[in-house]
Amino acid sequence: MATEPITGADIVIRALVDQGVEVIFGYPGGAVLPLYDALFKQNQIRHILVRHEQAAVHAAEGYARSTGKVGVVLVTSGPGATNAVTGLTDALMDSVPVVCLTGQVPTHLIGNDAFQEADTTGITRPVTKHNYLVKSITDLSRVVHEAFHVARSGRPGPVVVDLPKDIQQAKHEYANHANQRHRSYNPQVKPDRALIERAVEMMAQAQRPLFYIGGGVVNSGPAASQMLTELVRLTGFPCTQTLMGLGAFPASDPLSLGMVGMHGMYESNHAMHDCDLMINIGARFDDRVTGRLTAFSPGSKKIHVDIDPSSINKNIHVDLAIVGDVGHVVEDMLRVWKARQAKPNGKALAGWWDQISKWRARECLRYRPSDEVIKPQYALQRLYDAVKGRDFYITTEVGQHQMWAAQFIKFEKPNHWLTSGGLGTMGYGLPAAIGVQIAHPEALVIDVAGEASILMNIQEMSTAAQYRLPVKIFIMNNRWMGMVRQWQELLHGGRYSESYSDALPDFVKLADAFGWTGLRATKPAEMDDIIKTMIETPGPVIVDVAVDEKENCFPMIPSGSAHNEMLLGPEDQRESPISEEGMVLV
Amino acid sequence: MQQQIERHTISVMVDNEAGVLARVIGLFSGRGYNIESLTVAEVDAQRHFSRITIVTSGTPMIIEQIKNQLRRLVPVHRVSDLTIDGPSLERELILVKVNGTGEKRVESLRIADIFRARVVDSTIESFVFEMTGSTEKLNAFINLMQPLGLVEVSRTGVVAIARGSEAI
Repeated sequence: MATEPITGADIVIRALVDQGVEVIFGYPGGAVLPLYDALFKQNQIRHILVRHEQAAVHAAEGYARSTGKVGVVLVTSGPGATNAVTGLTDALMDSVPVVCLTGQVPTHLIGNDAFQEADTTGITRPVTKHNYLVKSITDLSRVVHEAFHVARSGRPGPVVVDLPKDIQQAKHEYANHANQRHRSYNPQVKPDRALIERAVEMMAQAQRPLFYIGGGVVNSGPAASQMLTELVRLTGFPCTQTLMGLGAFPASDPLSLGMVGMHGMYESNHAMHDCDLMINIGARFDDRVTGRLTAFSPGSKKIHVDIDPSSINKNIHVDLAIVGDVGHVVEDMLRVWKARQAKPNGKALAGWWDQISKWRARECLRYRPSDEVIKPQYALQRLYDAVKGRDFYITTEVGQHQMWAAQFIKFEKPNHWLTSGGLGTMGYGLPAAIGVQIAHPEALVIDVAGEASILMNIQEMSTAAQYRLPVKIFIMNNRWMGMVRQWQELLHGGRYSESYSDALPDFVKLADAFGWTGLRATKPAEMDDIIKTMIETPGPVIVDVAVDEKENCFPMIPSGSAHNEMLLGPEDQRESPISEEGMVLV
Repeated sequence: MQQQIERHTISVMVDNEAGVLARVIGLFSGRGYNIESLTVAEVDAQRHFSRITIVTSGTPMIIEQIKNQLRRLVPVHRVSDLTIDGPSLERELILVKVNGTGEKRVESLRIADIFRARVVDSTIESFVFEMTGSTEKLNAFINLMQPLGLVEVSRTGVVAIARGSEAI
């Protein structure tokens, strides 16, 4: 496919177009001027100008996670690249496919401490799935295509391509390497059939089985979620989801136990502890889920389905490991289950469900309602009630509000819940919401935020204003870094060191300053009207909800504790101080 | 859950490209794995393959993690655990500088002879010995040279290969 020589910058654009890229999120600078010039001269790719490079990556994550496509970022060298590092790490921890193009000083200046030079590949090596420094124009088209392949295949993740300025200006022929097989990187997606047979056997014999599903199901695509839903319904087994897996199984299904883990449901955590067969599909036994490892589900056999072999036997030893893409694995499980006309152990399963109903009867999300102050849980219940019939997407920041959102907002479909799980990045929600809104212009996109987190990427209000994106920010304002305060209360004798949100801006005036609409709610009775106004206002809206300052997030597994040692509310909290071992954990 | 610490020799075939060694070393330091020895050199110039030999230690669960994490690196072609994949050979090369005169000098030569070390440099008051062998044998040689005027050691770290006709 010999063609006319074109510039490196044009090669990059051609490769992006051939990869199906429609949008990139970025911020210009000296070392990427040729690329921005090439962008200016074309009309196939839309560029969204963010206000900070970290936000570019989060926006690309929001775009990627709500569409299943690769999110693309373009930033300059030096500070552009270093600002992107938090976003890249976030994408790595949550397995989000992102390709981040970074400018670099010209090759002959690399290593010279040139202006805006940073060792980008060195800095990003541990926080990316892979990275490249393109030192020769002849490698350029291959590398850009390869970056997309690596980002989206196997366990997805961020890939950095560092592009020296002279490479962007050099000329060479473009070649489409889109379908080229990689010589060393070929992740296994199809599972071993014999293992599927064994898994089905174990499932048919189980007395107290439990599906434990995670973000891997979402990453595998909506078809994987559908097949998994069919499998769960066919077996009649209970199904619990991780924070990242919310939406992978319909929350309204009676077989769903809701979220598992530190702030997960009482019934989920007890079922996790007492089950005799755990079927982990696309989750990774994260420390927020397992609690104390030595007390984790002591009596169960464990099946673990994961596309990443390094996730298997990392924290928890499993009895049956199946490496493969969730979609393929579940499809095979379904086929084998049907072909064998397998039946679950009906009598044992009925007893298991009886036990689960008893746990459910504890109503672990119960809180003390109030007519005077807005309880954060109440605010989210009202929000969920108002949006549930619509096509809605929820992003969050990190902290108490994030856990409450995970508890009180129910998801029926994957890709509609976007939160920073692994890295726990405050400041994720607003830029992620922007990325979602770009991909779904008609949808209702709400960033459930805390007053502290939102300030970490507040400058992105300007981005939303520029592109007239009708994102909504729903601030649960308790004037505290709530989760920090909760831990200080629990672990540090109520010494609230630096966790008070002092000198907060007036968010309504701030909205005005950015050309947004600002609303405020201070009484429970106002909630419904405010939420309705928020939804009906056409442009971007910030809602400042003054919630109960004292409320803590329950239920909770205190760090260092087991699943059956949950605290259900402030009363439990006083009775069970946390061990010294637990204090060390985060 | 208490598991025994084991020592394993792992061979990693990688593309010989910029940064590949940094990826491997960064993986070990970032995840807190041990490196007892590490060697690297290109072994196939035509296909640009380098071979990294790593001696590491950890519980069986950690060793398994190390191998899986290595396999996850994009430029890694093959990871083989020579310690469990069958019988294998391990060799290391050292250069040892010993200064001395008189009886000590003669004794160092005698021991070098027993160990089949070669003299590769000599002055009136010094020798440089070259020797290959297993890590244990080299350690024994170094220990014996200590009282005889050993002043400097340079060693390559372990290279290893499986016995038999199979190639990795």
